[in-house]
Amino acid sequence: MPGWKPLEMTALPTRKLEAWRYTDLRALSAMSFGEVPNPPAPVLPDLALPRLVFLNGVSSENLSSAVPYARGFEAVAEPSAEPLALINAAHAQQGITLEIPAGVDAGTVLLISQAGGTVPFAFHPRHRITLGAGARLTIIEIAKGDGVYWHNPVTDIVLQDGAKLEHVRLQDESREAFNLSTIRAEIAENAAYEHFTATIGAKLSRTEIHAALLGTNALVHLNAAQLLTGTQHGDFTSVIAHKAPNCASRQTVKSVLAEKARGVFQGRIEVARVAQKTDGYQMNQALLLSPDAEMDIKPELEIFADDVKCSHGATIGALDNEQVFYLRSRGIPEAEARSMLIRAFLEEALEPVAQADAKALLEAEIETWWVKQ
Amino acid sequence: MSATTENTVHEMAAQKYKYGFTTDIAMEEFPKGLNEDIVRLISAKKSEPAWMLDWRLKAFAMWQKMEEPHWARIHHPPIDYDDLYYYAAPSAPAPKSLDEVDPSLLDMYEKLGIPLNERAALAGVAVDAVFDSVSVATTFRETLSKAGVIFCPISEAVREHPELVREYLGSVVPVADNYFAALNSAVFSDGSFVYIPKGVRCPMELSTYFRINAKNTGQFERTLIIAAEGASVSYLEGCTAPMRDENQLHAAVVELVALDEAKIKYSTVQNWYPGDADGKGGIYNFVTKRGACRGRNSKISWTQVETGSAITWKYPSCILQGDGSVGEFYSVAVTNNFQQADTGTKMIHLGKNTSSTIISKGISAGHSNNTYRGLVKIMPGASGARNFTQCDSLLIGDQCGAHTVPYIESRNMSAKVEHEATTSKIAEDQLFYCRSRGLSQEDAVGLIVNGFCKDVLKELPMEFAVEAQKLLSVSLEGSVG
Amino acid sequence: MLEIKNLHARIGEKEILRGVNLVVPDGEIHAIMGPNGAGKSTLSYVLSGRDGYEVTEGEAIYNGQNVLEMEPEVRAAAGIFLAFQYPVELTGVGNANFLRTALNAIRRKRGEAELDAVAFLKLARAAAKTLQMKEDFLKRNVNVGFSGGEKKRNEMLQMALLQPGLAILDETDSGLDIDALKIVAEGVNALRSPKFSALVITHYQRLLDHIVPDVVHVLAGGRIVRSGSKELALELEAHGYAGLEAA
Repeated sequence: MPGWKPLEMTALPTRKLEAWRYTDLRALSAMSFGEVPNPPAPVLPDLALPRLVFLNGVSSENLSSAVPYARGFEAVAEPSAEPLALINAAHAQQGITLEIPAGVDAGTVLLISQAGGTVPFAFHPRHRITLGAGARLTIIEIAKGDGVYWHNPVTDIVLQDGAKLEHVRLQDESREAFNLSTIRAEIAENAAYEHFTATIGAKLSRTEIHAALLGTNALVHLNAAQLLTGTQHGDFTSVIAHKAPNCASRQTVKSVLAEKARGVFQGRIEVARVAQKTDGYQMNQALLLSPDAEMDIKPELEIFADDVKCSHGATIGALDNEQVFYLRSRGIPEAEARSMLIRAFLEEALEPVAQADAKALLEAEIETWWVKQ
Repeated sequence: MSATTENTVHEMAAQKYKYGFTTDIAMEEFPKGLNEDIVRLISAKKSEPAWMLDWRLKAFAMWQKMEEPHWARIHHPPIDYDDLYYYAAPSAPAPKSLDEVDPSLLDMYEKLGIPLNERAALAGVAVDAVFDSVSVATTFRETLSKAGVIFCPISEAVREHPELVREYLGSVVPVADNYFAALNSAVFSDGSFVYIPKGVRCPMELSTYFRINAKNTGQFERTLIIAAEGASVSYLEGCTAPMRDENQLHAAVVELVALDEAKIKYSTVQNWYPGDADGKGGIYNFVTKRGACRGRNSKISWTQVETGSAITWKYPSCILQGDGSVGEFYSVAVTNNFQQADTGTKMIHLGKNTSSTIISKGISAGHSNNTYRGLVKIMPGASGARNFTQCDSLLIGDQCGAHTVPYIESRNMSAKVEHEATTSKIAEDQLFYCRSRGLSQEDAVGLIVNGFCKDVLKELPMEFAVEAQKLLSVSLEGSVG
Repeated sequence: MLEIKNLHARIGEKEILRGVNLVVPDGEIHAIMGPNGAGKSTLSYVLSGRDGYEVTEGEAIYNGQNVLEMEPEVRAAAGIFLAFQYPVELTGVGNANFLRTALNAIRRKRGEAELDAVAFLKLARAAAKTLQMKEDFLKRNVNVGFSGGEKKRNEMLQMALLQPGLAILDETDSGLDIDALKIVAEGVNALRSPKFSALVITHYQRLLDHIVPDVVHVLAGGRIVRSGSKELALELEAHGYAGLEAA
């Protein structure tokens, strides 16, 4: 691939940084990544929706359909000093730019990344999604793959007044891969960003979301489910900045951890002095299915306005034996009882996903994950 | 906020700190600054054995290599450790009994509401009074010694009970645990020592009353409490300081050890001078408090009401080693004007079926910042461990900050951890309801705040609970809104 | 027929059941009464297979099989139904989904065809109506936010649908007002047939005014110390359990 540059792995964040205290990237920094190999034969989901397909991070003209308002990659200066975003900015050559004009309902778009190869490689897509005033869009983002690679996408989202974006992500990367995703959303007055991430794949992954509520009555939902097993490490980190009055944020993040998996949730709600009447809610719950699983949680509230209603809750524990017994006493076999309870456990996070295809896709993935256990 | 409420804020004078007077008494002070000679001088002054001096020197060497921590949400100008006195004590020889204590000191404690005269003393409470760097009086020692309880200044324990001090000192908070603990280990001057022997239920409440009086003086007290198998004790701690324009450093270390079936209840009403309404002066309170539940079914309970200090940096913690051991942390932290508090706890679960409860109530007013910072850590061996955490913040006025930074780490599937946190303001309708029933704005706020803190206040021993309630209202004077 | 022979069970080191002997023939309703701590709840949990109870001796034979060796769901399929004293709340699990999953699991084990959603709903609605339950009952999460009475009704609804051969009611009457009590009683009475039997565990006699037992047993100190006709319950109500515990 032309323009390929070797990576400076020394730029990766270390655990000395408070934001990275629970996620150790040494396994990643020990890697050396070569040039991006030819892509594998694609396996695409059977969904009749317009789609944008990336193979090993490269846009595939053949597999993508014509998506209105979509353009290719456009380089922009990286505004932050975040290490991963800086690495992305230095290496990004691919990505989508979607600009939905004001008032347009652009329906649902699939954004697919499929990766695979025999040598380790890395790719750094940069996506930009802008919704004009009152525009609507649903994006279903699916990342899958085989082999060893590092997927380091940055997605910048701008929602203008009254716009609404539903963003549903399924991260089902190769079990040997690294996925470090950065998503930044700016949400204007009356706009809504509804996010859901299912983390199922990757050896090590982190979804880091920065959402800024910039106008009154803006809304953000950041929900997630992490289903991890083996020695997988999954991190969901969010920073929600309430910078205008009367905004609401809702977060429900659920982790189900089997074998030696380790789950991380870090969530910060920042309420600026002007952000009176903020309504912030954050719920984080983890189920440990094995004695070797581990969950680390750091929910933070940073509040500078007095007329606010902010709360967070967190629980970590095993499946409730009382509940399992109750179901079994009604004739439901143990495996099915446990499956029902895990599905019920995830329900609160999954419930806001409105797009029917997305919901069905997630349901199927959860079912498959459980059957494999 | 209503207009009336707003007005009340401005009408109220700066909060009144009724303990801000100074006491004139002839003092002996060591030269300013910190070096090995000062450490040696302190040790010599206390007639310490060589092992104690070695321990101090080791701590001092370690401290010199350490850096002041900056992870807490507190801001202050750099502390010049060479511009402080590390030892200040009344120059009269140490009194052998209460009758020999300087009457002006007795008067001062009287004024603080802590009569040291045993006849006038609070019934059932033995007091160790620490004035700047030394213990000036310990009451009810005879009553206690009849029960086998040792309650004395730690400087005396180093000489009289070296076997106990050597075994336990630094065993919970190691010398190099953190910057301020290392500093304390090098220069601690006095504090209380408590030993409750096997099977003894301490017949009365024990209490230490700390008073910083001298100017530019750091107070570095050290407290060590050991409850042997089946023993139990309730210990209270109070602290005040004069109003001075300079900031004063207080860096204490408290270590608690509970053996099998032992119980220690440690209550603090921290009312160091918080500085004036413009944020001038006040104590920098950097304290390391930690308890080790070493024995099975042992219990350590921390209760704190933190209203004072310009800066509070304090995380009373429990290491739950013994199977079935219990750790509790009940805290009320009030900040007003320009106070900054970063306080919370750590509950480290190591033993099976250990349980911990954290109830934290933070109240921020004025321009203050109030942070709860806590760690709940469940280690792989802590099967059946339980934690429940509730942290609530209340904001009064729109110029303050309330922050919650919990860390929750679980590595045992049979453990159950629950955490809840909320932030809210005093509801206008609650205030109105109280006022329509005839309460003044101030009283209404006091009432509501006390209600908000009820779950913590009820954990305080009776003698302190009433005082603490009053203190809450006083601390919030001038903040209402 | 249920036959309990010399049943011993303990929780941890503490022996709770110390040789229970009991026969409940098909078609009969037996009440088990006794003071607090007698082992009443333990007996019901041991019969339904809850974890944490160790059976050290004895057996419980239901229709020729030793139920103590079965998994809880196998016992349910064999026709044993435990109405819980404190029905468990299942957040996120819809009542209809729960009932249908349970019913179909049992039907599968019995070799019967599974019910599709339509057939199930028809059945469930009819049962709910009989129990005077609102239809939104089926949409709500299992027992979540239910009042005490609603929870007990939900237990009866499950029982009506699963059609057990043996129902064990573990102090189902505790905390119920008279109307709810009647509903529980009607639920049990509706199932009465020559093939249905029930063990009604209760501390008070009042439930037995509505579910008239064929035999009353007194469980005290981990053993059945007395058995008799329904008049025994009245006698206990009048004189208490004093004197029985020593037996």
